[in-house]
Amino acid sequence: MNKNILSTSNLSIGYKTKNAVTPIAKNLNLNLQQGKLIALIGANGIGKSTLLRTITGIQKPLEGNVFLNDKKIASYTALELAQNLSIVLTEKLPPSNLTVFELVALGRQPYTNWIGTLSDVDSAKIKEALELTQISHLATKKHYEISDGQLQKVLVARALAQDTALIILDEPTTHLDLLHKVALFKLLKKLTKETNKCILFSTHDIDMAIQLSDDMILMTTETVIQDEPCNLISKGSFNTIFKDEHISFDSEKGKFIIV
Amino acid sequence: MANKQRNILLFSLLGLGLLVLFFVNISFGSITIPFKEVYNSLTGGQASKSTWEYIIINYRLPKAITAVLVGMGLSISGLLMQTLFRNPLAGPYVLGLSSGASLGVAFVILGAAFMPAFISSILLSPYGIVLASTMGSSIVLLAVLLVSHRLRDTMAILIVGLMFGSFTSAVVGTLTYFSTAEQLQKFTFWSMGTLGNLSWTSISVLTSCVLIGLLLSLFSIKPLNALLLGENYARSLGINFKKTRLIIILATSILAGSITAYAGPIAFIGLAVPHIAKLLFQTSNHSILFWSTLLLGAAIMLVCDVVSQMPGLDITLPINAITSLLGAPIVIWLLVRKRKMMG
Repeated sequence: MNKNILSTSNLSIGYKTKNAVTPIAKNLNLNLQQGKLIALIGANGIGKSTLLRTITGIQKPLEGNVFLNDKKIASYTALELAQNLSIVLTEKLPPSNLTVFELVALGRQPYTNWIGTLSDVDSAKIKEALELTQISHLATKKHYEISDGQLQKVLVARALAQDTALIILDEPTTHLDLLHKVALFKLLKKLTKETNKCILFSTHDIDMAIQLSDDMILMTTETVIQDEPCNLISKGSFNTIFKDEHISFDSEKGKFIIV
Repeated sequence: MANKQRNILLFSLLGLGLLVLFFVNISFGSITIPFKEVYNSLTGGQASKSTWEYIIINYRLPKAITAVLVGMGLSISGLLMQTLFRNPLAGPYVLGLSSGASLGVAFVILGAAFMPAFISSILLSPYGIVLASTMGSSIVLLAVLLVSHRLRDTMAILIVGLMFGSFTSAVVGTLTYFSTAEQLQKFTFWSMGTLGNLSWTSISVLTSCVLIGLLLSLFSIKPLNALLLGENYARSLGINFKKTRLIIILATSILAGSITAYAGPIAFIGLAVPHIAKLLFQTSNHSILFWSTLLLGAAIMLVCDVVSQMPGLDITLPINAITSLLGAPIVIWLLVRKRKMMG
């Protein structure tokens, strides 16, 4: 039986202002397990980012709890959290002269001393991350000299170097062409199998996510369900994602068609 | 790695250059004193003329030390601000920190008369000026930081800095209207910037302030490297962003504030030197940039001071004029050549 890395109990997410509470989703009971590749899908504006922000501890839940390794996420210090959870964001990196190696090495910050000296263990982890993502040959390049697909791999390598049981990626396949999307998905899949990490990513490439992920979390306005892709297909859940008569899900082909 | 060897070579050259420049700086001035004599008086020996020794110990040496402190402090505060604001054009002068410090000093020099006697006596002590100008610069920095949260745009932040500059000069203008000719002269001389005329007591106060500022900066090297990926990534790496920001604000305010208090508002060093360091060392890694900016800052300030002395002539130009002559073209060049790597 795979170990639970992150779980939520009766979690409600949303925004709270002085005057009003805006709930986005209620009663979430999700389980993210070791060695699994999990896709988070849903239409734009449904609250995928809010969910990711809440389970990474950036945003407070309205109700309920998020447990990371059976410990409440709110009780982690910033440093402890950094040693258990790493992220890959969609935002553009600020301009700098960082090389690929230096960028990946920054993933070791939660383990280095006050001035950031790399130990032998750190160097070994960086080398391993570069090799797993097959970007060793890019190590001395500046991060702005490489393609978007390569940069995405570098960011994944940085998260790997951080050596956490859980990696969360926010829409890692945007801006990539089909070839690089497939390559990145396969890389994530390989990493879950080879390193036994749990990887959660949000995506709009539902067809590909169905084929490659072990589990899917599907967000709609009414519910949030977590299940294996084949079960979701047989339940007809994918037809509830887009409220549009022109889009329907073909359960035999496993993809969306335009009617 | 080849890079490592290159860095070692650059650092040794810089260190050596700094040492030579220190001697050149002491040797040149309205009277040129030979290197050998400078070396003799600095190492405790006798110079062949007692006037030379007097000039060196009481005038040239304090000035050279001030130049080193000013160059190091301003450059490092510029480096910190450029990374914190994710803005290649940030610096203590451009963002109005120096103006804030001027305002503090103006209140002390020009406004002390309006205060009750016991307050004015505190304000006019050597620590009073430092305190007032540090407070002035930190208030401006906080204000800029507040505004920059709403405006992510590079140009907008610079314009805000400019506005603070004109706001403070307006307040200073109002203050001068009510002050005596003597106070006014004192303030005008201060505002032109000067590295000389500092007593050994002032130098020791300045040294302590700069050391505190540099020490705080040293502790920011690791979080600054994380900030190269942006605020959100830095947080995910376990960096306490609020604490880091506070330390950086403290460090830059102490550095820019104390230096401005003693040497006047010195333009462009804080902006230009970190860029020269980045270009020279081809890196964004702050554990290299910190030391290279430190050495380059001191060296460039010594050069500017030598130029301002106009060796062989009997006149001294304001140091601010020299740093602006050097710095302003660099800023224009940076704007024109705004490339991806800048940062």
